[in-house]
Amino acid sequence: MDLERRRLFGGGLSLGALTMLTGCDISDHDSVQRALALVSRFNDRVQAAIFGPNKLAPTFSEAEAVKDFRYNAWYGPEKSPVLTSADYRLMLAGQIKDKTPWTVEKLYSLPQVTQITRHVCVEGWNMIGKWTGTPLGVFLNQIGADTTAKYVGFECADGYYEGIDMATAMHPQTLMAFKLSDNILPTRHGYPFKLRIPTKLGFKNPKFVTTIYVTNQQPKGFWTDRGYNWFSGI
Amino acid sequence: MSTPELEVQTHPIATRITHWLMALSIVILIGSGWRIYNASPIFGFTFPEAITLGGDVEQALALHNDPGVASAIGWHFAAMWLLAFSYLGFMLWNIFSGHFWRDFLPVGPVSFWRDFVAAATFKLQHRLGEYNVVQRVAYWGALGAVAMMLLSGIAIWKPVQTYPLETLFGGFQGARIVHFIFMTAIALFIVIHVALVILVPKTFVAMTLGRATAKSHKGDV
Repeated sequence: MDLERRRLFGGGLSLGALTMLTGCDISDHDSVQRALALVSRFNDRVQAAIFGPNKLAPTFSEAEAVKDFRYNAWYGPEKSPVLTSADYRLMLAGQIKDKTPWTVEKLYSLPQVTQITRHVCVEGWNMIGKWTGTPLGVFLNQIGADTTAKYVGFECADGYYEGIDMATAMHPQTLMAFKLSDNILPTRHGYPFKLRIPTKLGFKNPKFVTTIYVTNQQPKGFWTDRGYNWFSGI
Repeated sequence: MSTPELEVQTHPIATRITHWLMALSIVILIGSGWRIYNASPIFGFTFPEAITLGGDVEQALALHNDPGVASAIGWHFAAMWLLAFSYLGFMLWNIFSGHFWRDFLPVGPVSFWRDFVAAATFKLQHRLGEYNVVQRVAYWGALGAVAMMLLSGIAIWKPVQTYPLETLFGGFQGARIVHFIFMTAIALFIVIHVALVILVPKTFVAMTLGRATAKSHKGDV
Protein backbone atom coordinates (compact mmCIF):
# COMPACT_ATOMS: atom_id res chain seq x y z
CA MET A 1 0.00 0.00 0.00
CA ASP A 2 2.72 2.40 0.97
CA LEU A 3 4.70 1.41 -2.06
CA GLU A 4 1.70 1.97 -4.30
CA ARG A 5 1.20 5.45 -2.94
CA ARG A 6 4.79 6.34 -3.40
CA ARG A 7 4.68 5.20 -6.98
CA LEU A 8 1.58 7.30 -7.58
CA PHE A 9 2.99 10.50 -6.15
CA GLY A 10 6.59 9.94 -7.12
CA GLY A 11 6.10 9.23 -10.77
CA GLY A 12 2.54 9.38 -11.93
CA LEU A 13 1.48 12.84 -10.93
CA SER A 14 3.23 15.84 -12.33
CA LEU A 15 3.15 19.21 -10.68
CA GLY A 16 0.90 20.44 -13.47
CA ALA A 17 -1.58 17.64 -12.83
CA LEU A 18 -1.57 18.47 -9.13
CA THR A 19 -2.34 22.12 -9.67
CA MET A 20 -5.09 21.12 -12.08
CA LEU A 21 -6.59 18.84 -9.45
CA THR A 22 -6.60 21.63 -6.94
CA GLY A 23 -8.24 23.92 -9.46
CA CYS A 24 -5.46 26.44 -9.25
CA ASP A 25 -5.23 28.72 -12.26
CA ILE A 26 -1.43 28.45 -12.33
CA SER A 27 -1.79 25.54 -14.74
CA ASP A 28 -3.83 27.73 -17.09
CA HIS A 29 -1.17 30.33 -16.79
CA ASP A 30 1.52 27.74 -17.54
CA SER A 31 -0.28 26.41 -20.59
CA VAL A 32 -0.61 29.95 -21.91
CA GLN A 33 3.10 30.48 -21.32
CA ARG A 34 3.85 27.21 -23.12
CA ALA A 35 1.75 28.29 -26.10
CA LEU A 36 3.53 31.65 -26.23
CA ALA A 37 6.90 29.86 -26.04
CA LEU A 38 5.88 27.69 -29.00
CA VAL A 39 5.06 30.78 -31.06
CA SER A 40 8.38 32.29 -29.94
CA ARG A 41 10.23 29.27 -31.37
CA PHE A 42 8.28 29.67 -34.61
CA ASN A 43 9.35 33.33 -34.59
CA ASP A 44 12.98 32.17 -34.22
CA ARG A 45 12.68 30.20 -37.45
CA VAL A 46 10.99 33.09 -39.29
CA GLN A 47 13.73 35.49 -38.17
CA ALA A 48 16.52 33.10 -39.17
CA ALA A 49 14.88 32.82 -42.60
CA ILE A 50 14.64 36.57 -43.19
CA PHE A 51 18.11 37.31 -41.77
CA GLY A 52 20.36 38.58 -44.55
CA PRO A 53 23.91 37.30 -43.88
CA ASN A 54 25.31 40.19 -45.90
CA LYS A 55 22.63 42.80 -45.20
CA LEU A 56 24.47 45.55 -43.33
CA ALA A 57 23.00 47.41 -40.39
CA PRO A 58 22.88 51.18 -41.00
CA THR A 59 26.01 53.06 -39.97
CA PHE A 60 26.08 56.60 -38.72
CA SER A 61 28.33 59.64 -38.64
CA GLU A 62 30.91 60.37 -35.97
CA ALA A 63 28.76 63.31 -34.78
CA GLU A 64 25.80 61.00 -34.12
CA ALA A 65 27.82 58.66 -31.89
CA VAL A 66 27.10 59.07 -28.17
CA LYS A 67 30.28 59.55 -26.11
CA ASP A 68 28.73 58.78 -22.73
CA PHE A 69 27.17 55.48 -23.70
CA ARG A 70 24.30 54.29 -21.52
CA TYR A 71 25.10 51.66 -18.91
CA ASN A 72 22.61 48.81 -18.89
CA ALA A 73 22.41 45.62 -16.81
CA TRP A 74 20.25 44.03 -14.13
CA TYR A 75 22.83 45.16 -11.54
CA GLY A 76 24.44 48.55 -10.91
CA PRO A 77 27.70 49.56 -12.63
CA GLU A 78 29.55 49.46 -9.29
CA LYS A 79 28.96 45.70 -9.23
CA SER A 80 30.59 45.14 -12.63
CA PRO A 81 33.24 42.41 -12.45
CA VAL A 82 36.72 43.91 -12.60
CA LEU A 83 38.85 41.82 -14.93
CA THR A 84 42.58 42.55 -15.26
CA SER A 85 44.81 41.91 -18.24
CA ALA A 86 47.21 39.99 -15.94
CA ASP A 87 44.63 37.40 -14.90
CA TYR A 88 42.15 37.37 -17.75
CA ARG A 89 42.08 34.48 -20.21
CA LEU A 90 39.51 33.95 -22.94
CA MET A 91 38.68 30.23 -22.89
CA LEU A 92 37.58 28.39 -26.02
CA ALA A 93 35.42 25.29 -26.06
CA GLY A 94 33.32 23.07 -28.30
CA GLN A 95 33.90 22.57 -32.02
CA ILE A 96 37.13 24.58 -32.21
CA LYS A 97 40.53 23.19 -33.36
CA ASP A 98 42.85 25.47 -31.40
CA LYS A 99 41.51 25.93 -27.90
CA THR A 100 44.56 27.76 -26.52
CA PRO A 101 43.31 30.45 -24.12
CA TRP A 102 43.81 34.04 -25.26
CA THR A 103 45.32 36.85 -23.22
CA VAL A 104 44.07 40.44 -23.48
CA GLU A 105 47.33 41.44 -25.15
CA LYS A 106 46.95 38.79 -27.83
CA LEU A 107 43.29 39.68 -28.39
CA TYR A 108 44.08 43.37 -28.73
CA SER A 109 46.77 42.62 -31.34
CA LEU A 110 44.14 41.18 -33.71
CA PRO A 111 43.29 43.20 -36.86
CA GLN A 112 40.50 45.65 -36.03
CA VAL A 113 37.79 47.67 -37.70
CA THR A 114 35.76 50.64 -36.46
CA GLN A 115 32.04 51.00 -36.99
CA ILE A 116 29.41 53.44 -35.77
CA THR A 117 26.22 51.47 -35.27
CA ARG A 118 23.01 51.61 -33.34
CA HIS A 119 22.23 49.63 -30.22
CA VAL A 120 18.49 48.85 -30.08
CA CYS A 121 17.11 47.76 -26.72
CA VAL A 122 14.17 45.38 -26.42
CA GLU A 123 12.53 48.06 -24.25
CA GLY A 124 12.42 50.44 -27.20
CA TRP A 125 15.26 52.91 -26.66
CA ASN A 126 18.24 53.09 -28.95
CA MET A 127 21.72 54.60 -28.86
CA ILE A 128 24.44 55.06 -31.44
CA GLY A 129 28.00 54.18 -30.45
CA LYS A 130 31.43 54.01 -32.03
CA TRP A 131 32.89 50.54 -31.64
CA THR A 132 36.31 49.17 -32.57
CA GLY A 133 37.27 45.54 -32.60
CA THR A 134 37.77 42.31 -34.52
CA PRO A 135 34.98 40.74 -36.54
CA LEU A 136 33.97 37.57 -34.68
CA GLY A 137 34.00 35.67 -38.00
CA VAL A 138 37.69 36.54 -38.52
CA PHE A 139 38.49 35.30 -35.02
CA LEU A 140 36.45 32.11 -35.45
CA ASN A 141 38.32 31.31 -38.67
CA GLN A 142 41.66 32.00 -37.02
CA ILE A 143 41.03 29.56 -34.15
CA GLY A 144 39.76 26.88 -36.49
CA ALA A 145 36.15 26.98 -35.38
CA ASP A 146 33.76 24.67 -37.19
CA THR A 147 31.68 27.36 -38.90
CA THR A 148 29.32 24.72 -40.26
CA ALA A 149 28.09 24.28 -36.68
CA LYS A 150 24.81 26.00 -35.84
CA TYR A 151 25.62 28.23 -32.88
CA VAL A 152 28.23 30.22 -31.02
CA GLY A 153 27.78 30.55 -27.26
CA PHE A 154 29.24 32.97 -24.70
CA GLU A 155 29.82 32.80 -20.98
CA CYS A 156 30.58 35.95 -19.04
CA ALA A 157 32.31 36.99 -15.83
CA ASP A 158 29.10 38.56 -14.44
CA GLY A 159 27.16 35.30 -14.70
CA TYR A 160 25.58 36.31 -17.98
CA TYR A 161 25.33 33.81 -20.80
CA GLU A 162 24.15 34.17 -24.38
CA GLY A 163 24.30 32.49 -27.75
CA ILE A 164 23.76 33.39 -31.37
CA ASP A 165 23.22 31.60 -34.69
CA MET A 166 26.28 30.98 -36.85
CA ALA A 167 24.99 33.25 -39.65
CA THR A 168 24.97 36.19 -37.25
CA ALA A 169 28.36 35.17 -35.78
CA MET A 170 29.87 35.33 -39.29
CA HIS A 171 28.14 38.62 -40.17
CA PRO A 172 30.78 41.23 -41.10
CA GLN A 173 29.48 43.72 -38.52
CA THR A 174 29.49 41.28 -35.59
CA LEU A 175 32.47 42.47 -33.56
CA MET A 176 34.47 41.48 -30.54
CA ALA A 177 34.51 45.13 -29.47
CA PHE A 178 37.65 46.22 -27.62
CA LYS A 179 37.04 49.96 -27.78
CA LEU A 180 34.13 52.31 -27.29
CA SER A 181 34.53 55.90 -28.57
CA ASP A 182 38.23 55.21 -29.34
CA ASN A 183 38.98 54.26 -25.71
CA ILE A 184 39.66 50.81 -24.30
CA LEU A 185 36.31 49.39 -23.19
CA PRO A 186 35.64 50.64 -19.63
CA THR A 187 34.90 48.02 -16.97
CA ARG A 188 31.19 48.83 -16.80
CA HIS A 189 30.84 48.21 -20.55
CA GLY A 190 32.51 44.80 -20.34
CA TYR A 191 36.32 45.01 -20.29
CA PRO A 192 38.21 43.37 -21.87
CA PHE A 193 35.60 42.98 -24.59
CA LYS A 194 31.93 42.73 -25.39
CA LEU A 195 30.12 41.32 -28.36
CA ARG A 196 28.76 44.12 -30.50
CA ILE A 197 26.06 42.77 -32.81
CA PRO A 198 24.14 45.54 -34.60
CA THR A 199 21.76 42.96 -36.14
CA LYS A 200 20.55 41.83 -32.70
CA LEU A 201 18.71 43.44 -29.80
CA GLY A 202 20.93 44.87 -27.07
CA PHE A 203 20.63 41.94 -24.67
CA LYS A 204 22.22 39.66 -27.31
CA ASN A 205 25.44 41.72 -26.91
CA PRO A 206 27.18 40.04 -23.94
CA LYS A 207 29.88 41.85 -21.94
CA PHE A 208 32.87 40.48 -19.93
CA VAL A 209 33.05 37.44 -22.22
CA THR A 210 35.24 34.73 -20.66
CA THR A 211 34.35 31.71 -22.80
CA ILE A 212 33.41 31.33 -26.45
CA TYR A 213 32.13 27.94 -27.58
CA VAL A 214 30.91 26.49 -30.86
CA THR A 215 28.06 24.01 -30.76
CA ASN A 216 25.09 22.47 -32.53
CA GLN A 217 22.97 22.71 -29.38
CA GLN A 218 21.13 26.00 -29.09
CA PRO A 219 22.87 27.89 -26.24
CA LYS A 220 20.70 29.26 -23.49
CA GLY A 221 20.51 32.97 -22.82
CA PHE A 222 20.12 34.86 -19.55
CA TRP A 223 17.10 36.83 -20.75
CA THR A 224 15.70 34.15 -23.04
CA ASP A 225 15.53 31.93 -19.95
CA ARG A 226 13.36 34.73 -18.55
CA GLY A 227 10.91 34.61 -21.43
CA TYR A 228 12.44 36.79 -24.14
CA ASN A 229 12.60 35.58 -27.72
CA TRP A 230 15.78 33.62 -28.48
CA PHE A 231 16.74 34.86 -31.96
CA SER A 232 15.93 38.52 -31.21
CA GLY A 233 17.26 39.75 -34.52
CA ILE A 234 16.43 43.24 -35.69
CA MET B 1 -47.63 56.80 -43.50
CA SER B 2 -45.41 54.44 -45.45
CA THR B 3 -45.60 50.71 -45.01
CA PRO B 4 -42.79 49.47 -42.72
CA GLU B 5 -39.99 47.85 -44.66
CA LEU B 6 -37.79 45.16 -43.23
CA GLU B 7 -34.12 46.11 -42.91
CA VAL B 8 -31.76 43.17 -43.20
CA GLN B 9 -28.10 42.93 -42.36
CA THR B 10 -26.11 39.85 -43.27
CA HIS B 11 -22.44 39.04 -42.80
CA PRO B 12 -20.91 36.02 -44.49
CA ILE B 13 -18.95 33.58 -42.31
CA ALA B 14 -15.58 34.75 -43.72
CA THR B 15 -16.31 38.33 -42.67
CA ARG B 16 -17.46 37.28 -39.21
CA ILE B 17 -14.47 35.02 -38.50
CA THR B 18 -11.87 37.52 -39.72
CA HIS B 19 -13.69 40.39 -37.93
CA TRP B 20 -13.61 38.63 -34.57
CA LEU B 21 -10.05 37.37 -35.01
CA MET B 22 -8.96 40.94 -35.78
CA ALA B 23 -10.87 42.17 -32.73
CA LEU B 24 -9.25 39.57 -30.44
CA SER B 25 -5.75 40.17 -31.78
CA ILE B 26 -6.11 43.96 -31.55
CA VAL B 27 -7.18 43.75 -27.90
CA ILE B 28 -4.16 41.54 -27.13
CA LEU B 29 -1.82 43.78 -29.13
CA ILE B 30 -2.99 46.98 -27.45
CA GLY B 31 -2.83 45.49 -23.95
CA SER B 32 0.63 44.00 -24.41
CA GLY B 33 1.77 47.05 -26.37
CA TRP B 34 0.94 49.30 -23.43
CA ARG B 35 3.09 47.08 -21.18
CA ILE B 36 5.98 47.25 -23.65
CA TYR B 37 5.53 51.03 -23.97
CA ASN B 38 5.81 51.35 -20.17
CA ALA B 39 9.32 49.82 -20.26
CA SER B 40 10.56 52.86 -22.17
CA PRO B 41 7.84 55.52 -22.43
CA ILE B 42 7.92 57.82 -25.45
CA PHE B 43 5.81 60.48 -23.78
CA GLY B 44 5.63 61.68 -20.20
CA PHE B 45 3.21 59.06 -18.95
CA THR B 46 2.77 55.31 -18.53
CA PHE B 47 -0.32 53.12 -18.72
CA PRO B 48 -1.79 51.81 -15.45
CA GLU B 49 -0.42 48.32 -14.99
CA ALA B 50 -3.88 46.85 -14.38
CA ILE B 51 -4.99 47.57 -17.97
CA THR B 52 -1.84 46.16 -19.55
CA LEU B 53 -1.33 42.54 -20.58
CA GLY B 54 1.64 40.34 -19.66
CA GLY B 55 1.15 38.67 -16.31
CA ASP B 56 1.94 39.81 -12.82
CA VAL B 57 4.66 42.49 -12.72
CA GLU B 58 5.60 42.00 -9.05
CA GLN B 59 6.01 38.27 -9.62
CA ALA B 60 8.19 38.80 -12.69
CA LEU B 61 10.33 41.33 -10.83
CA ALA B 62 10.74 39.02 -7.85
CA LEU B 63 11.53 36.00 -10.02
CA HIS B 64 14.02 37.53 -12.39
CA ASN B 65 14.14 41.29 -12.31
CA ASP B 66 12.01 41.67 -15.40
CA PRO B 67 9.11 44.16 -15.25
CA GLY B 68 6.75 41.73 -17.00
CA VAL B 69 7.95 42.78 -20.44
CA ALA B 70 9.07 39.31 -21.56
CA SER B 71 5.56 37.96 -21.33
CA ALA B 72 4.06 41.08 -22.94
CA ILE B 73 6.42 40.69 -25.90
CA GLY B 74 5.43 37.02 -26.10
CA TRP B 75 1.77 38.05 -26.41
CA HIS B 76 2.58 40.84 -28.85
CA PHE B 77 4.65 38.68 -31.19
CA ALA B 78 2.03 35.93 -31.16
CA ALA B 79 -0.98 38.20 -31.74
CA MET B 80 0.83 40.05 -34.56
CA TRP B 81 0.53 36.92 -36.72
CA LEU B 82 -3.14 36.57 -35.87
CA LEU B 83 -3.79 40.19 -36.85
CA ALA B 84 -1.66 40.04 -40.01
CA PHE B 85 -3.44 36.92 -41.31
CA SER B 86 -6.97 37.88 -40.27
CA TYR B 87 -6.49 41.38 -41.71
CA LEU B 88 -5.16 39.95 -44.97
CA GLY B 89 -8.07 37.50 -45.06
CA PHE B 90 -10.60 40.25 -44.33
CA MET B 91 -9.19 42.56 -47.01
CA LEU B 92 -8.92 39.87 -49.71
CA TRP B 93 -12.38 38.51 -48.94
CA ASN B 94 -14.05 41.91 -49.07
CA ILE B 95 -12.19 42.99 -52.20
CA PHE B 96 -13.20 39.86 -54.10
CA SER B 97 -16.69 39.47 -52.66
CA GLY B 98 -17.48 43.04 -53.69
CA HIS B 99 -18.53 44.12 -50.17
CA PHE B 100 -16.05 47.03 -50.23
CA TRP B 101 -17.26 48.36 -53.58
CA ARG B 102 -20.93 47.73 -52.88
CA ASP B 103 -21.22 49.04 -49.33
CA PHE B 104 -18.15 51.13 -48.46
CA LEU B 105 -18.02 53.24 -51.62
CA PRO B 106 -18.51 55.87 -52.81
CA VAL B 107 -17.23 58.35 -50.29
CA GLY B 108 -16.95 62.01 -51.17
CA PRO B 109 -16.35 65.22 -49.24
CA VAL B 110 -19.84 66.58 -49.91
CA SER B 111 -21.70 63.44 -48.82
CA PHE B 112 -19.33 63.02 -45.87
CA TRP B 113 -20.05 66.55 -44.70
CA ARG B 114 -23.81 66.03 -45.12
CA ASP B 115 -23.78 62.82 -43.04
CA PHE B 116 -21.30 64.27 -40.56
CA VAL B 117 -23.54 67.28 -39.83
CA ALA B 118 -26.55 64.97 -39.58
CA ALA B 119 -24.68 62.70 -37.15
CA ALA B 120 -23.41 65.64 -35.09
CA THR B 121 -26.95 66.96 -34.71
CA PHE B 122 -28.32 63.47 -33.98
CA LYS B 123 -30.42 63.49 -37.12
CA LEU B 124 -28.61 60.63 -38.85
CA GLN B 125 -30.65 57.45 -38.96
CA HIS B 126 -28.97 54.14 -38.61
CA ARG B 127 -30.37 51.73 -41.12
CA LEU B 128 -29.36 48.14 -40.57
CA GLY B 129 -27.32 46.87 -43.51
CA GLU B 130 -26.60 50.33 -44.85
CA TYR B 131 -23.49 52.35 -44.22
CA ASN B 132 -23.65 56.12 -44.12
CA VAL B 133 -20.67 58.09 -45.36
CA VAL B 134 -19.31 58.84 -41.88
CA GLN B 135 -19.35 55.12 -41.15
CA ARG B 136 -17.70 54.29 -44.45
CA VAL B 137 -14.91 56.78 -43.79
CA ALA B 138 -14.48 55.44 -40.25
CA TYR B 139 -14.12 51.87 -41.55
CA TRP B 140 -11.64 52.90 -44.24
CA GLY B 141 -9.75 54.86 -41.58
CA ALA B 142 -9.62 51.89 -39.19
CA LEU B 143 -8.50 49.53 -41.95
CA GLY B 144 -5.87 52.04 -43.03
CA ALA B 145 -4.73 52.46 -39.42
CA VAL B 146 -4.23 48.68 -39.11
CA ALA B 147 -2.12 48.77 -42.28
CA MET B 148 -0.02 51.55 -40.76
CA MET B 149 0.32 49.55 -37.52
CA LEU B 150 1.58 46.53 -39.44
CA LEU B 151 4.01 48.64 -41.48
CA SER B 152 5.39 50.66 -38.56
CA GLY B 153 5.43 47.47 -36.47
CA ILE B 154 7.61 45.74 -39.05
CA ALA B 155 9.95 48.76 -39.01
CA ILE B 156 10.26 48.48 -35.21
CA TRP B 157 10.58 44.68 -35.17
CA LYS B 158 13.14 44.53 -38.00
CA PRO B 159 14.78 47.96 -38.33
CA VAL B 160 17.95 46.45 -39.83
CA GLN B 161 16.51 43.79 -42.15
CA THR B 162 13.89 46.21 -43.53
CA TYR B 163 16.14 49.28 -43.55
CA PRO B 164 15.42 51.95 -44.91
CA LEU B 165 11.72 51.30 -44.16
CA GLU B 166 12.03 53.18 -40.84
CA THR B 167 13.06 56.38 -42.66
CA LEU B 168 9.45 56.58 -43.95
CA PHE B 169 8.50 57.25 -40.35
CA GLY B 170 11.42 59.53 -39.55
CA GLY B 171 13.70 56.84 -38.11
CA PHE B 172 13.37 54.11 -35.49
CA GLN B 173 11.96 56.38 -32.78
CA GLY B 174 9.70 57.98 -35.39
CA ALA B 175 8.32 54.52 -36.19
CA ARG B 176 7.54 54.04 -32.49
CA ILE B 177 5.65 57.35 -32.45
CA VAL B 178 3.72 56.44 -35.61
CA HIS B 179 2.92 53.04 -34.05
CA PHE B 180 1.63 54.87 -30.98
CA ILE B 181 -0.46 57.39 -32.95
CA PHE B 182 -2.25 54.74 -35.01
CA MET B 183 -2.76 52.63 -31.88
CA THR B 184 -4.55 55.65 -30.41
CA ALA B 185 -6.63 56.03 -33.57
CA ILE B 186 -7.65 52.36 -33.44
CA ALA B 187 -8.43 52.60 -29.72
CA LEU B 188 -10.69 55.62 -30.42
CA PHE B 189 -12.33 53.76 -33.30
CA ILE B 190 -13.04 50.81 -30.98
CA VAL B 191 -14.62 53.07 -28.34
CA ILE B 192 -16.96 54.69 -30.89
CA HIS B 193 -17.59 51.40 -32.70
CA VAL B 194 -18.56 49.60 -29.48
CA ALA B 195 -20.68 52.57 -28.28
CA LEU B 196 -22.65 52.52 -31.54
CA VAL B 197 -23.05 48.74 -31.36
CA ILE B 198 -24.54 49.19 -27.88
CA LEU B 199 -26.96 51.74 -29.40
CA VAL B 200 -27.89 49.35 -32.23
CA PRO B 201 -27.37 45.87 -30.73
CA LYS B 202 -28.74 44.13 -33.83
CA THR B 203 -25.43 44.87 -35.58
CA PHE B 204 -23.75 42.67 -32.96
CA VAL B 205 -26.24 39.91 -33.72
CA ALA B 206 -25.51 40.21 -37.42
CA MET B 207 -21.73 40.16 -36.94
CA THR B 208 -21.98 37.14 -34.67
CA LEU B 209 -24.83 35.00 -36.04
CA GLY B 210 -24.69 36.25 -39.62
CA ARG B 211 -28.10 37.86 -39.98
CA ALA B 212 -30.31 40.37 -38.23
CA THR B 213 -33.49 42.15 -39.18
CA ALA B 214 -35.22 45.28 -38.00
CA LYS B 215 -38.29 47.27 -38.88
CA SER B 216 -37.45 50.26 -40.97
CA HIS B 217 -37.34 53.68 -39.34
CA LYS B 218 -37.60 55.46 -42.66
CA GLY B 219 -41.14 56.51 -42.08
CA ASP B 220 -40.51 57.81 -38.58
CA VAL B 221 -38.65 61.01 -39.38
